[in-house]
Amino acid sequence: MDLLSRTATCNSHGQESSYFLGWEEYEKNPYDVVKNPHGIIQMGLAENQLCFDLLESWLIQNPDAASFKRDGQSIFRELALFQDYHGLSSFKNALADFMSEIRQNRVSFDSNNLVLTAGATSANETLMFCLANPGDAFLLPTPYYPGFDRDLKWRTGVEIVPIQCSSSNGFRITKLALEEAYEQAKKLNLNVKGVLITNPSNPLGTTTTQAELNILFEFISKNKNIHLVSDEIYSGTAFSSSEFISVMEILKNNQLENNEVFNRVHIVYSLSKDLGLPGFRVGAIYSNDKDVISAATKMSSFGLVSSQTQYLLSSLLSDKKFTKNYLRENQSRLKSRQRMLVTGLEAIGIGCLKSNAGLFCWVDMRHLLSSKTFEAEMDLWKKIVYEVKLNISPGSSCHCEEPGWFRACFANMSEETLKLALKRLKKFVDNGILPRSCQVGESQSLKSSRKKTTMTTVSNWVFRLSFHDRDAEER
Amino acid sequence: MKQLSTKVTSNGHGQDSSYFLGWEEYEKNPYDEIKNPNGMIQMGLAENQLCFDLIESWLAKNPDAASLKRKGQSIFKELALFQDYHGMPEFKKAMAEFMEEIRGNRVTFDPKKIVLAAGSTSANETLMFCLAEPGDAFLLPTPYYPGFDRDLKWRTGAEIVPIHCSSSNGFQITESALQQAYQQAHKLDLKVKGVLVTNPSNPLGTALTRRELNLLVDFITSKNIHLISDEIYSGTMFGFEQFISVMDVLKDKKLENTEVSKRVHVVYSLSKDLGLPGFRVGAIYSNDEMIVSAATKMSSFGLVSSQTQYLLSALLSDKKFTSQYLEENQKRLRSRQKRLVSGLESAGITCLRSNAGLFCWVDMRHLLDTNTFEAELDLWKKIVYNVKLNISPGSSCHCTEPGWFRVCFANMSEGTLDLALKRLKTFVESTDCGRMISRSSHERLKSLRKKTVSNWVFRVSWSDRVPDER
Repeated sequence: MDLLSRTATCNSHGQESSYFLGWEEYEKNPYDVVKNPHGIIQMGLAENQLCFDLLESWLIQNPDAASFKRDGQSIFRELALFQDYHGLSSFKNALADFMSEIRQNRVSFDSNNLVLTAGATSANETLMFCLANPGDAFLLPTPYYPGFDRDLKWRTGVEIVPIQCSSSNGFRITKLALEEAYEQAKKLNLNVKGVLITNPSNPLGTTTTQAELNILFEFISKNKNIHLVSDEIYSGTAFSSSEFISVMEILKNNQLENNEVFNRVHIVYSLSKDLGLPGFRVGAIYSNDKDVISAATKMSSFGLVSSQTQYLLSSLLSDKKFTKNYLRENQSRLKSRQRMLVTGLEAIGIGCLKSNAGLFCWVDMRHLLSSKTFEAEMDLWKKIVYEVKLNISPGSSCHCEEPGWFRACFANMSEETLKLALKRLKKFVDNGILPRSCQVGESQSLKSSRKKTTMTTVSNWVFRLSFHDRDAEER
Repeated sequence: MKQLSTKVTSNGHGQDSSYFLGWEEYEKNPYDEIKNPNGMIQMGLAENQLCFDLIESWLAKNPDAASLKRKGQSIFKELALFQDYHGMPEFKKAMAEFMEEIRGNRVTFDPKKIVLAAGSTSANETLMFCLAEPGDAFLLPTPYYPGFDRDLKWRTGAEIVPIHCSSSNGFQITESALQQAYQQAHKLDLKVKGVLVTNPSNPLGTALTRRELNLLVDFITSKNIHLISDEIYSGTMFGFEQFISVMDVLKDKKLENTEVSKRVHVVYSLSKDLGLPGFRVGAIYSNDEMIVSAATKMSSFGLVSSQTQYLLSALLSDKKFTSQYLEENQKRLRSRQKRLVSGLESAGITCLRSNAGLFCWVDMRHLLDTNTFEAELDLWKKIVYNVKLNISPGSSCHCTEPGWFRVCFANMSEGTLDLALKRLKTFVESTDCGRMISRSSHERLKSLRKKTVSNWVFRVSWSDRVPDER
């Protein structure tokens, strides 16, 4: 229809992908322990529901924060009128400190370099508008969050060129893959403006390793027009803070503060995952480049954070006793919940990529495919959604180049629901369409790979599969 | 710098305009009754600070809404997780009903056709993304809100072509001005996708007349283009006339459910009527399903905080509150506008006769050295730096005639307004020019009162009605 823009009528919002279609099926028939016990269990939503009790208890002890009061006095007017796109300074200070705390104060963040946005969705899009022109490209390691197709490309006109990662090395970014992606962009006549990574990774659930970060920094040091954007939205979900390495730390450890590369590294953050508050729309861009900060600040006009919310959260995050306890408790609960999923899957003969962060596991169901194709992955996915009644995300929706991988979330439901989901999956695998020989073969291959892995500790680490030495210890 | 996008390196954010520079001066030296009584008085910010007591009193009586509780039970978790871009149904219903109430319940709004956005800034930009390609143009009557240069053009690549309005007829939109703008766009090789009006107008403070609205609807019908009506100030209509929305016109012309109605869109926000710019609540209303669908997905980039949606759905669902608020808001705005108008009049300064908004469109042409924009800027600087009032020069609003200024009246106390008027009067009278001019404008005033028909047509503040109310 000529009357609407191409942007409105095209499909690059990406919302016809299976990622979103699974949601729709769930909406039609959602599981409820009492009202709909046979409904679809939502395992496709990366929400953190494990620590609401901590937040609610804080709210009860600190009623002023939500009631527009400061020291018992109403500040309603002040908040109602506050629309400064520089953001509430008490909130930015608290957020900057929180980000430092997550990184165990190995690095510190200057609130003047922070731009608030309505969620990381807004932050990522805004950064694209700042760093790239229509037709420019960003390189992203696969698999990646399906929402990026909309957030980075839709209205900005920016392209994504994938950095293909494979299970052969645990989906790590390699120098070769990075260079191949760069060449591919050149072939497509696209000007590469940057690399964007999610660290910890969605959907992998793994923190980016020092080696990978070195490769990335080497790449952007060599190519001086290329930016590095690190979406660290899951930083607070790393089960162990010492295993998460932020790009800020690389800059600090290599003393790059006076190097021009300092201005080409940007971080995106949000409170949607670590604090479980996606509804409050709190995101941020962090950059050392004054021009980027200045432009992004003006652009944030299109998605400011509600002052009501800024005030509530500035109180919450300024409470260091709370944040310290929260971060520790959050990590502990996530780790234990991930363990439950991993061991439950293992009991069904299903392995996961060894993960140390995030709200999901990257599950290996390649052995359940009827053929090594994406069509077979889709068939399997449909069975899991419609017959097993679990909404999980197929790897193809995350642009994974190998069929058979699925992202399964574990932090958006109760323990009982997770156990039920595992029970249903076990039943499906035990009674399923697969001939018995496949199942036997699969558990045999598990056994033999276990043997292999105990002998070759290096490949265990490289392969990052969940059935390895460490599991034996923790069991 | 090649490393950043052209959006960053160009000036498309429009923030070098005087509109924003006045703000900066104010920030350096802000008036405070006690701490800085000689500081600059902010009259360039269209905020509504007149009715906070009503909202605060409601909050005190209804503590659950802010405390994330429903009937005493915590719904924190539910709200924390709610990020559905379709928006909270209770909130959209309450918004739809509030919009109906503002229009005297003459028209209905379907909550399903509402798309929430983080303020009308976000709503307007989103509509541009939905309706225009880079290089397409929208026609806007001048003078217009300076923020549109950023909101409509910056990241979208859309262009604005002005529909020139002049003081000769009270800045009303005429058919010939519309056609001229359309031709001008054609000359510039720009494809016109629609017309955008602000009704009531910023900076004029006037509601569009039925004649203008009919003209607009006929125009977009014949050209097969869109009409966006930014009705952000609809609840600030304090005149005795009724506010006529573009929705009223569609209904009266029996165009509801026609193809034309799909090309008419309304933008709304709670920033002006309720005085809540900090809460970032805006909305797009459209009869076109495809636009609602695309805009809904785009709203992901600027959703309204669920904490805020919940608070405001409780507030706006209270019909006793909304009806009392709307009435009181209008009353207070009317009285405050009159205070400004008569204060200006006693300094020999007149305004465009206004019946809405949070500001007056002030005629200072007689204070210019020459009939030029340079002289306007000189006068503006004097007013900012010497008189210490931040007001907005007409050129920042793309007015085609020098000498007009937008002066806000609802963002300060009565006492502060009186002080501002006193300073202005002193300034006008202190200059030789000023003395001569106040005398001649007084004469002009007398002669204009005689011409009652032209008063109405000219929409100037000294009309028949005024002697009654004095």
